[in-house]
Amino acid sequence: MKSYYQRRFAALGASIAVICIAGVMLSQRVRAASDGSIKGTVKLDGTAPHMRGIDMSKDPYCVKANAGHPVHLQLVEVGNGNGLENVVLYISQGLSSAESAQKPTSVPVFDQKNCMYTPHVIAMDVGQDYKVITSDQTTHNIHPEPNPMTGNIPWNRSQPPGAAPIVTNWKAEEVAIPVKCNIHPWMHGYFVVVKGPYATTDDNGNYTIENVPPGNYTVTAWQETYGTQAQKVTVGAGQAATLDFTFKAK
Amino acid sequence: MHNMPADPTLHHAPPQGFIRKYIFSIDHKVIGKQYYALGLVAVVTGMVLSWIMRVHLGWTNARIPGVGFFTPAGAPGGLMTPELYLQIMTMHATLMVFFVLTVAPFAAYGNFFLPIQVGAEDMPFPHINMMSFWVTLVAFCVLVSSFFVGDGPTLAGWTSYAPLSAVGAAAGPGQGTGQVLWAVSIAIFCVGQLLGSLNFIPTTLDLRAKGMTFSRMPYTVWAWFITSLMGLTAFAVLMPACVLLILDHVAGTSFFVASNLVVNDQLVPHAGGSTLLWQHLFWFFGHPEVYIAIVPGMGIVSHVLSTNLRRPLLSYKVVIGSMLTIAFLSYMVYGHHMFVSGMNPVSSLAFSFPTLIITIPATIIVLIWLGSIYKSRLRINSASLFALGFISMFISGGISGFFLAQPTIDIMLHATYFVVGHFHLVMAVAAIFGIFAGTYFWFPKMFGRMLDERLGKIHFWLTFVGAYCIFMPFHYLGFAANVRRYQAFVDDYTVHLIPVHRFITIAALATGAAQFIFLYNIIHSRFWGKPAPENPWEATSLEWTIPSPPPFDNFGGKHPIVTHDAYQYGVDGPDGKDYVMQDAPEGIAPQAPAES
Amino acid sequence: MAKLLAVTIIIIAIGSAIPIVGHYWEAPANVSTHGHLIDDQMSDTMVETGICFLVSQIILAVFIWKYANRGREHRIGRLPGGALGLVILAFLVVGSEVIALGVLGTHAWAEVYFKPPGPNAMPVQVQAGQFAFYFRYPGPDGVFGPIHPDMISEATENFFGLDTTHDAASKDDIVTAEMDIPINREIHLLMHSKDLGHSFFVPAMRIQQDFVPGLDLSLHFTADKIGRYEIVCTQLCGLGHYNMKAYLSVLSPDDFDKWLKQEAALQ
Repeated sequence: MKSYYQRRFAALGASIAVICIAGVMLSQRVRAASDGSIKGTVKLDGTAPHMRGIDMSKDPYCVKANAGHPVHLQLVEVGNGNGLENVVLYISQGLSSAESAQKPTSVPVFDQKNCMYTPHVIAMDVGQDYKVITSDQTTHNIHPEPNPMTGNIPWNRSQPPGAAPIVTNWKAEEVAIPVKCNIHPWMHGYFVVVKGPYATTDDNGNYTIENVPPGNYTVTAWQETYGTQAQKVTVGAGQAATLDFTFKAK
Repeated sequence: MHNMPADPTLHHAPPQGFIRKYIFSIDHKVIGKQYYALGLVAVVTGMVLSWIMRVHLGWTNARIPGVGFFTPAGAPGGLMTPELYLQIMTMHATLMVFFVLTVAPFAAYGNFFLPIQVGAEDMPFPHINMMSFWVTLVAFCVLVSSFFVGDGPTLAGWTSYAPLSAVGAAAGPGQGTGQVLWAVSIAIFCVGQLLGSLNFIPTTLDLRAKGMTFSRMPYTVWAWFITSLMGLTAFAVLMPACVLLILDHVAGTSFFVASNLVVNDQLVPHAGGSTLLWQHLFWFFGHPEVYIAIVPGMGIVSHVLSTNLRRPLLSYKVVIGSMLTIAFLSYMVYGHHMFVSGMNPVSSLAFSFPTLIITIPATIIVLIWLGSIYKSRLRINSASLFALGFISMFISGGISGFFLAQPTIDIMLHATYFVVGHFHLVMAVAAIFGIFAGTYFWFPKMFGRMLDERLGKIHFWLTFVGAYCIFMPFHYLGFAANVRRYQAFVDDYTVHLIPVHRFITIAALATGAAQFIFLYNIIHSRFWGKPAPENPWEATSLEWTIPSPPPFDNFGGKHPIVTHDAYQYGVDGPDGKDYVMQDAPEGIAPQAPAES
Repeated sequence: MAKLLAVTIIIIAIGSAIPIVGHYWEAPANVSTHGHLIDDQMSDTMVETGICFLVSQIILAVFIWKYANRGREHRIGRLPGGALGLVILAFLVVGSEVIALGVLGTHAWAEVYFKPPGPNAMPVQVQAGQFAFYFRYPGPDGVFGPIHPDMISEATENFFGLDTTHDAASKDDIVTAEMDIPINREIHLLMHSKDLGHSFFVPAMRIQQDFVPGLDLSLHFTADKIGRYEIVCTQLCGLGHYNMKAYLSVLSPDDFDKWLKQEAALQ
């Protein structure tokens, strides 16, 4: 026989449980039926600057790993039709704080392969775990150098061959955190830490930002040499908005 | 200098209660034992760290279970990272040089036996003496705490060269908090040792018993006295150097950091400092420090050998004079650590001459030891075995020093394993043999129990042969230009040396394991050893005139009167003995040892 | 036990000498013109110290063998010459070694450090920084452009912080990751450090010198054998110290010119 207070208590408890479960579910970015996307191409207007070749002779393992395919700097990587690779696009304005706090469950992977970072630029959300792995038989150290003003804490750890992955995340937005290997000074990359949905252009400069709720937004494109550009876009329910960017070669 | 009777005002009441007797004790004997215990903890820790280093050097990809314990950054799967190797190396060296080699031969044995050997009841400032141990213990705790902070201990080596040690966390893991903790720990350690010297020196000068002239003091008293004088000046320079280093970290000063340096893409906000200044300050301390580590051992060996040869050494004055000369010259040689450092090359030549010349008093002492064995009645026991082992090791290590004393040769040997072999032979082996000789000799007096002789001999054999197997090959590696402080050997020209490293690793692990025989012996004998008589070795110095273990006031309220020098062996003594105690009544005319 | 110790000491002494006399593990062969001075001094020292080492260990062993466990019936004897004799012996033996090696060594040291580089020496600059060496050749104008520390960027491979837009002398500078030199030509190596203490050691070339942050130091040497040698860092500089190295290639003058032209084209 349940008393009045027991029933009230059970109802309250059930409501709290439902709210918690809903909260957990909602914090995962689950594609809602009404989500649209933003896609486009980022191009370079003008001639890409010459990228210097990298001499890896200090570490014979690296030389051997790249024998037959010489490596060069990746400051400006241009593909078909002057498409710019490694440009990160993210929504800098227009998301509600709840929407921008959501982060994907995927874990981006940053690899050290043939003494180069793969990918050269990796984007992630605040608080989103990412994984650093090594596929090389020479020891690397991973040394991200965030700006002290953001509150992100720098770290510096080595991964000998066969080392376990490093899984970590960043506490604050920062576009972008340079990361380097001290042992192999030519190894440079970027961690681009944003809030909300993001995408990185492929080798032909094409990108698609998925899971964008309908609304009016400002999208920012960041490229390590040419800086940032911002444009406005409107995304309808279930629609793919198009947004292209062009950076001017210096 | 004048002799004074033991000052009656120094007489302190017997300690009451467990805390006063064993924890916060002002009794120099308890303080000596506390230092010994600290040295034991430090040496076992340092030895374990060295095993980890050696396994990694022999087998770079080996996974070592538990190695992640030594750094907050961890070592998943037991895989050693380069920074962890250097951090372990730094802590190994710091623990060994400071908390073993300065503490055990000097602070431990000196505290226990210096007052007794001069016939005093205690040191003149017993409370300061107690503070010196506790301050040293705090320094130890601060040092060990760096294993658990931030990204672990400093990796800059025990020499902590600037700017690596001065620019802060930008220079790498451990260079932030870990480095500051190291400098704080060493600064505190210096204070502790200064407090110790403040007792040793007046004890020797003012508290000698009636009749204990300077030329009747045992070799060990001279050794501790000379060491404490060296300590006063050497630690007095290291401490401010550490303070300056701390200031460079926390107060934005630039004592050791030059202008326009770019560390990890950041222009370092320091200007005008001098890299070499750190090296000068450090080695001005560092060279006397290594003599601080070895001179007590020389005293112990001279003392133990005289007893076990059953004759005095060929010349007391020459041995003492040589020790004094070594101490004096030790201040003039420090630049031999800096031959290729970028200092003026004329200075390098200038430093090389005293470095070569300091060989002369060291050779004299060795020759006196050797010459004293001639036509002696050498007794073989654990203590004398380690004393003889010391001589062999000191010859080997001293001779390798002769190479390093020449700047031209140093071009090829600087920062190679040759240097590591040299200093390990003289410090890690010879000085430790001195500690062992002292232990086997004095353990009966300290604890009233005999150590197990058979275990002692096994310990000697395994350690003697093992130590040569470990450290002799280091010299070959050095001749082959194998550079030190590398966590792995990736250079083409050193690939063929890896088998040598593996041999050394196996020898090191085996020799390390043998030390557990010693640990077992001292722990077991402490509680269950055969009770020791007052004078088991038929020795002459004052510590053998009092019970084993001694009462709290050493001489039972009496004031000994010294009538003979400390080495009346091989004489026609009273009761058919071949020796005469230092405090034997006058009228027993000691005769010169029978000539042949 | 005493006899066993004596034999052990002798075995250890002779055993220790065998790898040295047998040349088991040696430094890379000398390829510099001044290296023989160092090698000669090294051999002289090895012979003198080797003899002292063997003699003293053997005496220790012999004395232990002969004089251990002797009873009261044996008289204590005094070494002929006594302590004074040993003091004189030490002064004579060590003193003569000190003088011989000290004086000899001064000559070798002077060759390396007191003689200035010749007027025809080829200048090459080396910069040490965590954890690599980079080199710079002055190019046809023979002048090194100024270094701007705030412009140093590994990401763009501007290791020396050169401003090729505004500094004319920097335009033709050639920055390389490997140090190539022509045979039989004196090299004037200008050394500076970007960040911390490092050291420049080429075992085959018999040169070693620390970099001192804040100081411009230099070395000079001449290679007399074509080959590829390793430059290694010997001053602890951080976690990558063990892998801080570069290659030094000694080439024929023609090959060197070709190489320099190739590198210049890559700038």
